[in-house]
Amino acid sequence: MNKILAKQQLSKEVFRMEIEAPEIAEARNPGQFIILQMGGDFGERIPLTIANADLEKGSITLIFQAVGETTHRLALLEPGDAIDNLLGPLGKPTDIKKYGKVVCVGGGIGVAPLFPIVEGMKKAGNEVTVIMGARTKDLLIMEEEMRATADDVIVVTDDGSYGRKALVTVPLKELCEEDKPDCVVIIGPPVMMKFAALTTKPYGIHTIVSLNTIMIDGTGMCGGCRVTIGGETKFVCVDGPEFDGHLVDWDNMLLRLGTYKSEEAEAHHRCHIGLHIKEGEA
Amino acid sequence: MHITKETLDAQAKELLEQLKDKTLSPRDRAQIPLQEMPTQAPEIRVGNMEEVALGYTDNQVRLEAMRCLQCKNQPCIAGCPVSIDIPAFIAEAAKGDYGKSVEIIKKSSLLPSICGRVCPQEAQCQKFCTVGKMNKDVEQSVSIGRIERYVADYAREHDLEKVPPIKPESGRKVAVVGSGPASISAAADLRREGHTVVMFEALHKAGGVLVYGIPEFRLPKKIVEHELQNLKDMGVEIRPNYLVGKTRKITDLMERDGFDSVFVGSGAGLPRFLGIEGENYVGVFSANEYLTRSNLMKAYAVGKAQTPLYQSEKVAVFGGGNVAMDAARTAKRLGAEEVVVVYRRTEVEMPARREEVNHAKEEGIKFLFLHTPLKITANEKGRVNGVELITCELGEPDASGRRRPVEISGTEKVYDFDTAIIAIGNDSNPLIKATTDGIEVNRRGNFIVNEETCKTTLKGVYAGGDIVLGAATVILAMGQGRKAAKAMNAYLKDLA
Repeated sequence: MNKILAKQQLSKEVFRMEIEAPEIAEARNPGQFIILQMGGDFGERIPLTIANADLEKGSITLIFQAVGETTHRLALLEPGDAIDNLLGPLGKPTDIKKYGKVVCVGGGIGVAPLFPIVEGMKKAGNEVTVIMGARTKDLLIMEEEMRATADDVIVVTDDGSYGRKALVTVPLKELCEEDKPDCVVIIGPPVMMKFAALTTKPYGIHTIVSLNTIMIDGTGMCGGCRVTIGGETKFVCVDGPEFDGHLVDWDNMLLRLGTYKSEEAEAHHRCHIGLHIKEGEA
Repeated sequence: MHITKETLDAQAKELLEQLKDKTLSPRDRAQIPLQEMPTQAPEIRVGNMEEVALGYTDNQVRLEAMRCLQCKNQPCIAGCPVSIDIPAFIAEAAKGDYGKSVEIIKKSSLLPSICGRVCPQEAQCQKFCTVGKMNKDVEQSVSIGRIERYVADYAREHDLEKVPPIKPESGRKVAVVGSGPASISAAADLRREGHTVVMFEALHKAGGVLVYGIPEFRLPKKIVEHELQNLKDMGVEIRPNYLVGKTRKITDLMERDGFDSVFVGSGAGLPRFLGIEGENYVGVFSANEYLTRSNLMKAYAVGKAQTPLYQSEKVAVFGGGNVAMDAARTAKRLGAEEVVVVYRRTEVEMPARREEVNHAKEEGIKFLFLHTPLKITANEKGRVNGVELITCELGEPDASGRRRPVEISGTEKVYDFDTAIIAIGNDSNPLIKATTDGIEVNRRGNFIVNEETCKTTLKGVYAGGDIVLGAATVILAMGQGRKAAKAMNAYLKDLA
């Protein structure tokens, strides 16, 4: 059991939680994730990337969007409550080193796991530019933290309600043209990662993406998370979650993410009924 | 034709009456008809997840125990990986003293209700049974496993089990990595010596393959829970959600957390794939994933479980072992209309237990022998819609002694399937090796250990079960757990 120490709602659907987990806090590195399970025998296991850790408090921070049954349940917990099962840190850490100029691209909730990488890249002596995007202003998170850490921050929204009205690929392409980075890190929705990786490809820029596929155990045992990387099958949980964005078979990954689409749509509806949350409110 | 438990019991009862007070010669005993295992009727059981084999009745177990000749040379014991005193426990069962019977088993095996269910007895103890030899048919041997299961279930259900005596606290601390059969038996033997034992499990539930792999209809999870409760009652601490190698490294457990020795029983948890085209399409699963969804995550409880299941109509299962049978039978229970096991050799070479194959056939699972997949095809949404198979013939024997399947070119044919499950085995999970300097592994990633002591190449670290053996059996894993514990107990005693 891992106790929730603090909770904060960042936007309509997005929550930040600080959770007591001293061993994970100590062992984790940027880029790694945890798997959590709650709701007794019938609860599912879901992966979430670690957004931050506090060694003194022995805690980790998770930032999540209430989209499925488990994240909805999680969102209903309050400080003092506990998460039944929390496993981590899983996966390989980000390959943080001095590249020179680094551009970190975050979309939506992906900005959260990007933050420790921005910190790490900065600490390693890189010049770091952050491009962060969201559908609309209300869904934008962690801008302040990013501004306090990165050398430059470019904010875009799909609807132009804040920052530039553009997709993240637009400023990314401009940077590739004008001030070519040595490394690009992209975390966000799969479609965004696909197009951002395609943007950097013609420039031959080393591009890291963090994949969030369907997982069960997270230890390499089930293979449900497998993806095709440069024609080879890899497991996101143990070989990843980060891969060379130019080698990922995005279309196959997107198809695999939709494996349970119909079952999940039904479950989402069910959990809104079961947890008494109105449709549209997370 | 399915015979009900009641009929089997009535038949046994009648025969017991007839044999009562008679002096039986070995010939008479060998001629007592083998007691069939009562089962749920096939047409009923494909609609539920409950155990297929219902267990003997009291009359049946007594009669079956009477078939044992109590041979002087005890060939059965030599066939048992943990040398259970089989004639002695059967003699007690014949008398009806089930408590004493299970006590005899427990001297050698900690998990009789599990081994009685999942051990391949026909390849072990029962293979050497004199009664089988007299009847010229190994399937006519004394049903040692079924008797074992009966007495173990009886003891559990009647609270006849005793918590084994624990020696005074030794002051030594041992970590057990994993919570499957190897780890359970190692933990018990280490705890009996008075050591503090902490068992680390990566998943949210302990039990390893007994919980995530073997289906409920073959091994009810409440039995595994009961065995784990026994461990807790002995004072073993079980820590779920702890992945040794990631949450903490083995060297940290020893250098920082004060563990004097470590047993690694982390299993063979890396599913093999075929390496064919289309293997990552939607609807292709490793047997591990398919079974874990159903067993550990309880996805079979549709509407209750949050973990979803793939809706299948026509399922192909590649492989011929027990895991392939488990996957096929699970798919059937989950609603697939047609399930076909595709195996590249013939039925004779199938590694699955005969009993499992028979149960599968009774449940309507189809078999396509001498076929192997070349390619998986999908529709425009990337969902599986077919499998291309090629016919094989058997050629020269390979390293395993089985005749090698040889593909016959020109026999390729595409079959309609919407789901493919790959059950061709597992390699060792590389996680601990990758995070622990000094542990040596072989080509397959299995830990290299001393055969007598199960000691790895790293001081104080021992290993057993599938991480050493590759995918093997519950009883072999248990045997190694015990062997390692014995060596660890000696090692801990000698520590200054």
